[in-house]
Amino acid sequence: QQRIEIHKLRDGDNLILGFSIGGGIDQDPSQNPFSEDKTDKGIYVTRVSKGGPAEVAGLRMGDKIMQVNGWDMTMVTHDQARKKLTKKNEDVVRLLVTRKSLENAVRQSMMQH
Amino acid sequence: MDTESAYSGYSYYSGRSRGSHRHGERSRDRHKSRSKESSRSEKSVTINAPPAEPLLGDQSVRGEEVQDDNWGETTTAVTGTSEHSLSQEDIVRISKDLDDSVGLDCKRYLNVALSVILGLVVFLTPLAFLILPHLLWPDRLRACGTACEGLFISVAFKLLILLLAVWALFFRPPRAGLPRIFVFRALLATLVLLFVLSYWLFYGVRILDSQDEDYQGIVQYAVSLVDALLFIHYLAIVLLELRQLQPFFSLCVTRSTDGATQHYNLGQLSIQRAAVVILENYYKDFPVHNPALLTASKSRAAKHLAGLKVYNVDGPGENNAAAGIAQSQSRAMIAAAARRRDSSHNELYYEEAEHERRVRKRRARLVVAVEEAFTHIRRMQEEEQKKAPGDVMDPREAAQAIFPSMARALQKYLRTTRQQHLHSMESIQQHLAFSITNNMTPKAFLESYLTTGPTLQYGKDRWLARQWTLISEASVTSGLKDGTVFLLKCIDFSLVVTTKKIPYIQLAEEFIDPKSHKFMLRLQSETSV
Repeated sequence: QQRIEIHKLRDGDNLILGFSIGGGIDQDPSQNPFSEDKTDKGIYVTRVSKGGPAEVAGLRMGDKIMQVNGWDMTMVTHDQARKKLTKKNEDVVRLLVTRKSLENAVRQSMMQH
Repeated sequence: MDTESAYSGYSYYSGRSRGSHRHGERSRDRHKSRSKESSRSEKSVTINAPPAEPLLGDQSVRGEEVQDDNWGETTTAVTGTSEHSLSQEDIVRISKDLDDSVGLDCKRYLNVALSVILGLVVFLTPLAFLILPHLLWPDRLRACGTACEGLFISVAFKLLILLLAVWALFFRPPRAGLPRIFVFRALLATLVLLFVLSYWLFYGVRILDSQDEDYQGIVQYAVSLVDALLFIHYLAIVLLELRQLQPFFSLCVTRSTDGATQHYNLGQLSIQRAAVVILENYYKDFPVHNPALLTASKSRAAKHLAGLKVYNVDGPGENNAAAGIAQSQSRAMIAAAARRRDSSHNELYYEEAEHERRVRKRRARLVVAVEEAFTHIRRMQEEEQKKAPGDVMDPREAAQAIFPSMARALQKYLRTTRQQHLHSMESIQQHLAFSITNNMTPKAFLESYLTTGPTLQYGKDRWLARQWTLISEASVTSGLKDGTVFLLKCIDFSLVVTTKKIPYIQLAEEFIDPKSHKFMLRLQSETSV
C-alpha cells in the first residue's frame, strides 16, 4: 500500500487532479479490467492524464484507491467517491492506494511468515 | 306511478290512461295540506321540521322484540295515504280549493283527454287538407298528375313514420308523477298547437276562401305540414331525451338518518326530473332504511342530558324575563353537561365490541346450520328419478322440510342484527325454495340475510314509493345549478341532495418521439477528476 499526495491544479474555476476513476458499489464490477477479483467494487484509477498532478505524484493506472483524506473508498458509490475527490476547499488530497504488484508482494511476504 | 303532468301533443292512447286506472288511492287531509304548501311556495323555503307523526317503523319493531316467537308480517310504514302534490299550470290555481279527491281524478282525465284531442287534431290535419278540396269544389279541381300522386304516397309514409315515432317516444307508461308541469312537454305542445293553427289559418284564408284549383299545390302544402311535424318530433327528441344525456352535474345524496351517501352524474335537468332519477337510483343503491339501528344513538343522546334538572330559585319571573330565563337555563344545562365527566365513549366502545362478538358467534352457528340443512337436499337427475319415486319432492316441499332445522339459528341471527322485521317466515321459505330450485349454495342463500340489500330487495310495503315530498328553495321546474340543495322527504327520513358542477377538464398533449426510446447501459462509468 502506498500513500500518494496530489496537489490539485487550478484550471480556471476548477481544481483538477488529472486522473479518471471507475467502479463503486453501484457499478458493475465484472467490467473492471484492473481488478483481480471481479467482484471487487472498489474505486480504481482507469486513466492518468500525461503530465498532470496525479502522474507527477506517482499515481498509476490500475491503482485501487482505499482512502481519500481519511475517508474510506472501498464501500462507496461512484458519485460519493467523485465528491470526496473534488472538494472545492481542499487543495491537497492524500490517497492510500494499492497496486497489483504491491498486492502480490504483500501477499508473498505474508505467506512467507 | 302518477301521470306525467300537462299536455303532450302526441299521446293518443296514453300509458297515461292506463296509469291513471292503476291508482286506487287518493288523497287525504295530510296530502291536501302538503299540496297546497308546495304549490303555493314557488320561492319560499319549505324545510319542514321532522314530522309530528310517530315513527311507525320504530314502534312496531319494539313491539316485536317483546314477543319472542313472533315471525309476524313485515311492519308497514304505509298508512294508506298516498301523496302526490300535483300542480299543473292554471288548472291547479283553479282547483286549489277542491277538497274532495274527485277533483284530482278529473284533473288527470282532463289532462289525458286534452292530449288525445290535440293528437287527433294534429294527425288528421294533413288528411283534412287533402280531402276538403275534393269535397267542396270537386268539379273545378285540376286533375292530379303523376307527381301529385307520388306525393300522396309520400304523405302516407311520412304519417306512418310519424305515428311510429310518436308511439316510441310518448306512449311509454309514466315512470313518476311530478309535482309541477314538465316544462318542455308543455312548450312542445304549445308549439305544435300554434303551428297547426297557423297552417289552418293559412289554409282557410288562401285556399278555402279562394277555392284554389291547383290541387298539386295543396298536396305539396300538406306534405310540408307533415315534414314540419317530423321536425318538431326531432326537436322533441332532442329536448326531452338527448339533452340530459351528457353528464354535467354531480349530485351527492345523503340519507339523513344514517348518513349513507351516493353520488350520481346527471345532465342538465330540472330539479323535479333530477329528483325522479335520484329516487329511481335510491331504490337500488341505498341499503334499506332500518329504524331499529338508530335507537342506540338516540338513547345515548338522551342519557347525555338526562341527569340534569334546572331549578328556578328566584321565584317566578316576569313575563318579559321569561324568555331570557329560558335561554340562560338551557345554556346552563349545556355547560353543565359538557363539564360533567362522562364515560359514554367507554361504554360505546365496549358495547360495540360485545355486539360484534355476538353477531359473529350467531353468524357462525347460522352458517353451519344452513350448510347442514342443504346437504340433505340432493338434486335428482332424470335417470335417477325412477329409482325412488316416493322421495321426490318439489322445491317448496323440500324447503318446508329443511326449514325447521335452521329456523332457530336464522331467527336468532336476524334478531341480533335487528333485521327480523324485514323478513317474514313466508318470505324466508320462498327464498329457500328459490335457492333450491336454482341450485344455489348455502352461501348464496344466506347472502340476502347476512348483508342488508337495497330497498327493492324487500317487500313492496317497504318501498313507500308514493310518500315522497320534494322540498326546495328554488322553483322545482328550474334547472339544476351549481350549489343547488334540495330535500326528498319520506315518512321518517329524508335525502339531502347537493349539486356540484363537474369540473371542466383541460387536456394537454405531450408528444413522445418514438426515436427517443433508445437506452444506453451505463454500468461502468468513468469520471475524471
